Amino acid sequence: MSAVAPATSAVLSVRGACKRFGAVTALDDVDFDVRRGEVVALLGDNGAGKSTLIKCLNGVHRLDSGVIEMDGAPVTIHAPADARALGVETVYQDLALFDNLRPTDNFFSGRELAGPDWLPRSMRLLKRKRMLDATQEVLARLQVTLPDLNSMVGLMSGGQRQAIAVSRAAAFASKVVILDEPTAALGVRESRNVLDLILRLRGENMGVVVVSHAMDHVMEVADRAVVMKRGRNVGELIPSAETYQQIVSLIVGGAE
Amino acid sequence: MAAERGPLRLDRYRLLQLALLAMRAGPALILLLLIIIVSLTTPVFFTGRNIGNVFSQTSVIALLALGQLLVIITRGIDLSVGSTIALSGVLGAIVYGHTSSSVVVITVIIGTGVAVGLVNGLVFVYGRVPHAFIVTLATLSIVRGMALWAGNGTLVFGVPASIQTIGGSTLSTGGSTLDWIPYSIFVVAALALACLLLTTRMVWGRWLYMVGGNPEAARRAGVPTRRVLVTVYALSGLAAGIAGLITAGLINGGSPTAGDLSELDSIAAVIIGGAAFAGGRGNVGNALVGAFTIGVIRNALNLHNVDPFYQLMAIGIVVLLAVEADVIRGHIEGRVRVAQAVRQA
Repeated sequence: MSAVAPATSAVLSVRGACKRFGAVTALDDVDFDVRRGEVVALLGDNGAGKSTLIKCLNGVHRLDSGVIEMDGAPVTIHAPADARALGVETVYQDLALFDNLRPTDNFFSGRELAGPDWLPRSMRLLKRKRMLDATQEVLARLQVTLPDLNSMVGLMSGGQRQAIAVSRAAAFASKVVILDEPTAALGVRESRNVLDLILRLRGENMGVVVVSHAMDHVMEVADRAVVMKRGRNVGELIPSAETYQQIVSLIVGGAE
Repeated sequence: MAAERGPLRLDRYRLLQLALLAMRAGPALILLLLIIIVSLTTPVFFTGRNIGNVFSQTSVIALLALGQLLVIITRGIDLSVGSTIALSGVLGAIVYGHTSSSVVVITVIIGTGVAVGLVNGLVFVYGRVPHAFIVTLATLSIVRGMALWAGNGTLVFGVPASIQTIGGSTLSTGGSTLDWIPYSIFVVAALALACLLLTTRMVWGRWLYMVGGNPEAARRAGVPTRRVLVTVYALSGLAAGIAGLITAGLINGGSPTAGDLSELDSIAAVIIGGAAFAGGRGNVGNALVGAFTIGVIRNALNLHNVDPFYQLMAIGIVVLLAVEADVIRGHIEGRVRVAQAVRQA
């Protein structure tokens, strides 16, 4: 369709992705790539298939047909745990945080560091110091400042909570971080912080996929914009002042 | 990034933080205040004998509260624990009629509790019942009926001496200064320590709070939420079984009417201890504080020869105050979030 960077060294790629829900075709032969150190914006109107696509990439849904490859090798992702084990982390729009727990507990939710190994997992003793140290290290690396690591996440602002969710993903992702509407619920300043955080993930050579409606945010951080419509990939563009109108018309459907 | 402020100026955020801190310490402070007032107005209160009474009368509530705490952290409720006290005691006493082995009797009593709890948990989780209230309301009735049926409506006399000692005796140190301490309080302490270990040091405890705080996110994070819930009700049953053991020892037999309404005491204790009915909140120490608050109020009113009707009312009022405090806490927390966002900007 449009000018697209060559598909070299994609860390995560999908070929011919198809997914149907009953009579509804949610994904219709979609190709999609993300490279290391690249921010890809996934754009499209409601029902365009963005959410379905990322849910197939992170194991919430299973593709009816199509191939997912990581670093060029085909992989099977049938459950969120598969995706996580492959180094793909997702930040959901609802953040999936535990408001009643502290940042560290949230970081290690479901993957607590504990021992000894001969005990059943649920009975193991938590390595609390190690988890706290690791959390502080990641937060420092991503330049996220929190008021108090001892207070529960429910007492923090929307931006801080978003930062915790993104940092948690970054801490465990070795390859790709997927963010669903990361700035949807935030004010101007807090959005700014999250965008900076996204750029830092890119700086760490991570592949970043951002699903967003906020065009100006996309223009700011994305290296590439992929537009979906009715379950198809209808265009890929490099976001810039010149292509802004083109992207918008792809989304609303004028250019088809 | 916080804006410059005078070093001595208490900003809104700090004030709110202080308020939250005060609320966290609230239950313990109230108990302390209560104890001071009672001991000033009633000199008898601080005699070893009376404190022993308080311990002994509170141990059943405290045991039930420990189990109820786990349940309430997961947004649930266990109404069947009072009936479980009755059934476990009656079955224990019946079995004692056929064997003299106290190990067997103790196993039957505690096993009955675990069995009732497992049924609660399995029916709630795998029967996909919307809330545990319904399930445990049903078992409250069923289990009480079973106790009355098994005991033919009356006390089944006799349990092994060991159980009588655990449930009804104090330390026999030959007239030393500690002989007012009832054995049952050590049972409470042991279960409390186990619960503390479970909730604060083990992976399972994190899962517990995750399931209570955000069940959907817990599931997505790979927590075996169903298994956690079943275990929670089994543990509440275990606590009820142990409470049944203490009760059976105290009355030297199994009474089908024992434990009547004590499920409400246990819920009151947990709520007075600052746990949120909405789930995710509460800890072992505060649940014990809640249990002892009820125990001390009862004891004080007894010492003053106040009619038991007033005791019921007094405890009801304390529960209302605790629930209101939870509402206010939620309010303050909302303002902390806002203050936090303002501070950042």
